[in-house]
Amino acid sequence: LGSAVVAVRGADSVVIGVERKTIAKLQDPRTIRKIVKLDATTTLAFAGLTADARVLIEKVRLECQSYRLTCEDAPSLEHIARFIATTQQRYTQRGGVRPFGVSSILAGFGSDGNPQIYQIDPSGTYFAWKANAIGGKNSKGMREFLEKEWTEDLSEPGSLKLVVKTLLEVVDSGSKNMEVAVVRKGSAMELLGEDALNAVTEQVLAEAEAEKNAASGGAEEMKD
Amino acid sequence: PSSFVIPAVNNPAEYCRQNYTVGYGTDTNQDVQFAKGTTTLAFKFNDGIIVSVDSRSTMGPYIASQTVKKVIEINPYLLGTMAGGAADCAFWERNLGMQCRMYELRNKERISVAAASKLLANTMFQYRGHGLSMGTMVTGWDKTGPQLYYVDNDATRLKGDIFSVGSGSTYAYGVLDTYYRPDLTVDEAIDLGKRAIYHATHRDAYSGGINNVYHVKETGWVKVGSWDVNDLHYLYADEKIAARNP
Repeated sequence: LGSAVVAVRGADSVVIGVERKTIAKLQDPRTIRKIVKLDATTTLAFAGLTADARVLIEKVRLECQSYRLTCEDAPSLEHIARFIATTQQRYTQRGGVRPFGVSSILAGFGSDGNPQIYQIDPSGTYFAWKANAIGGKNSKGMREFLEKEWTEDLSEPGSLKLVVKTLLEVVDSGSKNMEVAVVRKGSAMELLGEDALNAVTEQVLAEAEAEKNAASGGAEEMKD
Repeated sequence: PSSFVIPAVNNPAEYCRQNYTVGYGTDTNQDVQFAKGTTTLAFKFNDGIIVSVDSRSTMGPYIASQTVKKVIEINPYLLGTMAGGAADCAFWERNLGMQCRMYELRNKERISVAAASKLLANTMFQYRGHGLSMGTMVTGWDKTGPQLYYVDNDATRLKGDIFSVGSGSTYAYGVLDTYYRPDLTVDEAIDLGKRAIYHATHRDAYSGGINNVYHVKETGWVKVGSWDVNDLHYLYADEKIAARNP
């Protein structure tokens, strides 16, 4: 439920894509941000109730800074995932409250320099993933698509194309309905601009077209 | 810790300050007199950290013990020293050991010295004004290298290369500052640690007993040895005689 989120782990980057639901004409699209910065080096994308996510994100951001104050070091991705999971679990076991209706995907880098993705459920469970998709009308389908298409050590352009391809499975085509961000080592996430996103989308669509048309021997690479 | 019990009076902080304060000569009227008076030192050099302490515990002019362990082994790669109230140091440093272990279990990696010293300092901050007396050095070797922090009972936390804590610290600093070099060999550094403590015990009435020396290496700490400071006295005295008559 909520809009779709896809995340793919590459060799040295994580690419996240979210579905941007069609908005009212008069609404300013820039005020809807589903990929947020939690800490200097950690990014979160969520699917579910936006208001619940806002409250949860505030708690997590505070925890990240509190960790930096107490331990004089950046919190590890696993620590943050565990914090989110523990918080969400607490709300399933107390009286008078309801669980956070939020599924989150956390992206960042481990201390060994490798990219990592964690997914956290409203039940309070968390797992690390190589690639995952949540939310939207067919997260299961997207995940199965990823299982077929994901390979180890994707380059950044390769991961970008895979994310867009996966999103295109559930989203009406058009970069207007997607938001994509790249998380690189040591830097905050970078939201892809309109032009860059258009370029990738066009490339993906062109490749799909070419594949359909190639009757035989069309040596088509789906990924770099 | 939420289960630490405080006096069931109207103003616990005031009560503690009046009845359980540490003070040279001024705590003789209290029910509880703190064993204090010490010399501890630690310094960083290229091959790690040397920790050298005495072992005397005094209650006013009475020497309660000559064999106190003033280096607390928090875990195989973290050491804490004891100066001030012996009970306060021992209890809170063991408590720190518990917190460090919990960190290890939760995060599957060792806690940094910076974080460990901060945990202790934050605990001290919670009990500020309650009359705790603790002057300690938290030291170890973590992934950023050898680290040395000074933490005391009013939650002061300082990072440094050389520290000496206790009533004999001024004498120890004199020797330490004169002969310290970052490129000391391990043997030279150990000798410096021993000498500094010896000179402090010679002049400070509240320091003495045995000199315990530890060396913190990348693989953890090792206990270098224990020397009775009396023996050190005659050892250095012989050296002085030998130097005068080459």
